[in-house]
Amino acid sequence: MRYAVQRLIQAIPVFVITTFLIYTMVFALPGDPILALAGDKPVPEQVLNVMREHYHLNDPLLVQYGYYMLGVFQGNLGETFTGQSVSELLGDRWAVTAQLAVTAWIFELVVGIGLGIVAGLRRGGIADTAVLAGTTFIIAVPVFVFGYTAQILLGLNLGLFPTAGTDEGWPGSYLLPGMVLGSFGLAYVARLTRTSLVENLRADYVRTATAKGLRRHRIVGLHALRNSLIPVVTYLGIDFGNLMAGAVVTEGIFNLPGIGQQVFQSIQLQEGPVVVGVVTLLVMIFIVANLVVDLLYGVLDPRIRRA
Amino acid sequence: MPDLHPGQPKGRPKPVLPAESPDTGTSSGSAVLADAVPETGPSGRSLWHDAWLELRGRVVFWFSAAVLALAGVMAAFPDVFAAMGPNENCNLRMSKKGPGSGAVFGYDLQGCDYWSQIVHGTRASIVIGVAVTAFALIIAILLGLVGGYYGGLLDALIARITDVFFGIPFVLGATVVLVAFPGHGMWAMTLVLVLLGWTTMTRLMRGQVIAVKDTDFVAAARMLGAGDRRIMFRHILPNSIAPVFVVAMLNVGNVIAGEATLDYLGVGLQYPDVSWGLQLNVAQTFFADHPHLLVFPALFLTATVLSFLMLGDVVRDALDPKLR
Repeated sequence: MRYAVQRLIQAIPVFVITTFLIYTMVFALPGDPILALAGDKPVPEQVLNVMREHYHLNDPLLVQYGYYMLGVFQGNLGETFTGQSVSELLGDRWAVTAQLAVTAWIFELVVGIGLGIVAGLRRGGIADTAVLAGTTFIIAVPVFVFGYTAQILLGLNLGLFPTAGTDEGWPGSYLLPGMVLGSFGLAYVARLTRTSLVENLRADYVRTATAKGLRRHRIVGLHALRNSLIPVVTYLGIDFGNLMAGAVVTEGIFNLPGIGQQVFQSIQLQEGPVVVGVVTLLVMIFIVANLVVDLLYGVLDPRIRRA
Repeated sequence: MPDLHPGQPKGRPKPVLPAESPDTGTSSGSAVLADAVPETGPSGRSLWHDAWLELRGRVVFWFSAAVLALAGVMAAFPDVFAAMGPNENCNLRMSKKGPGSGAVFGYDLQGCDYWSQIVHGTRASIVIGVAVTAFALIIAILLGLVGGYYGGLLDALIARITDVFFGIPFVLGATVVLVAFPGHGMWAMTLVLVLLGWTTMTRLMRGQVIAVKDTDFVAAARMLGAGDRRIMFRHILPNSIAPVFVVAMLNVGNVIAGEATLDYLGVGLQYPDVSWGLQLNVAQTFFADHPHLLVFPALFLTATVLSFLMLGDVVRDALDPKLR
């Protein structure tokens, strides 16, 4: 319990500083958003002042940030400079990105751990070599190259998957993008599981279990695997935040109307509130995921709680 | 931040023969590579010498080293390989023409010789990849040593700052910064990527330092009257750097891929710079009809990244006494 509280308290300054950094950076974006609203037309001084007052643009940065965070905790993500609510703007998009990330995550979890176990049980065998070579290759190919290749080969040429859009809903439309998004994490999870399992299979407690006459599948399943999965669980937790962020590229390739796509458009349109809104939420998810993982980690591994 | 480094013993010196110790509680970062605690072989050879003896016999090592050497030469002296300078002698009439006589790799959108363009693109990737990793490694070593060795408030402060930067998603964070400061060249990109990329190595280094600082040889050095700085740099550093060094090698590959992703998204390097990421950015619109635009830079990019990863992998295997 002390551990959990300590961990929670640690997360607060991290959260505040991280969001403040992002907030500052976005508002350092060049150009005056109010002037940009009017296009080429001159803006009367009064209008300019009223608008600036409305968006708190005349206040010092820290005060602006304060207003913003106050809103966030009341569930209000602010509004864009055209008056649209950011929460509304993101409404449907969250669902798309969440579905994509979950698909990718399940893919990582199931296939990654599966491959890792197959490879780890027979270190140096054919399966092990294949998994190692395959995962190194997947990590080395940039996600967008992988995405386009998959789109052409599996989507366009073989017609196995829809190539773009969300017409088929979940899971149909999300399978291929999910695999592409999850490929990097999959490779990592597989390698992590393998290394960890190989190390654990050499541990004394496994030797003891063998000496006791336990069957192989019980030794692996009950003892070795459970201990091996500790670092994997950590990675899978942290990676969920990564997946939400990685969606920028994947959503672009497969034309999925998620938040990644929105962030990207907003950055280019200098819509600071939208960018801050989304990135802040992503960071929140990331930090919460980290927190959950650390707490879970304490449950899985008593040594941490008592440290 | 003891939570992240469960493997560290409290007040109990780490067993010096790691081959015998079932160290199951490796932290998230160092689980991939096992802690390489100083090990002196039976004949008194150093860990690095042992590693070299092992590496010498590995085909993968020589293969990736050869690819990287070639990439390095291409980055340093592109004119030896390329017939044309960057963006030189382009002919719009040849735009997007596939491979044929006169141009082995065909032509790009502007009608430039694609082979020459790709060769010139090597420099951006290699320089950014190596520079970012080198700077991040220096930061990691310094912060890791100071935080891990002294502990206390300073350590807690460093750990929290690490957490803050660790909490910023890489692509999104880099995108925001790069858009905020447009007109950036290679060195500004390097700075941004260092800013977002030093945390993993720092955490790992810190964990290593904590594991090593309780060993007998450090205690011996202290009893002989060695100062803090001497203990840190002469005793702890050489004995804790191995896994960090491996991660650094892998990191070069990851930075190169990340840089290419930012170029591809359009927030990284800009024309008239020449880089593989930019070429892939152009290719995305035309690749269905002109696959060579995508295939060749992707091939070069993948080969380079793959070589760094494979090199890191074999070096880790060679340095890791547990897997022997």
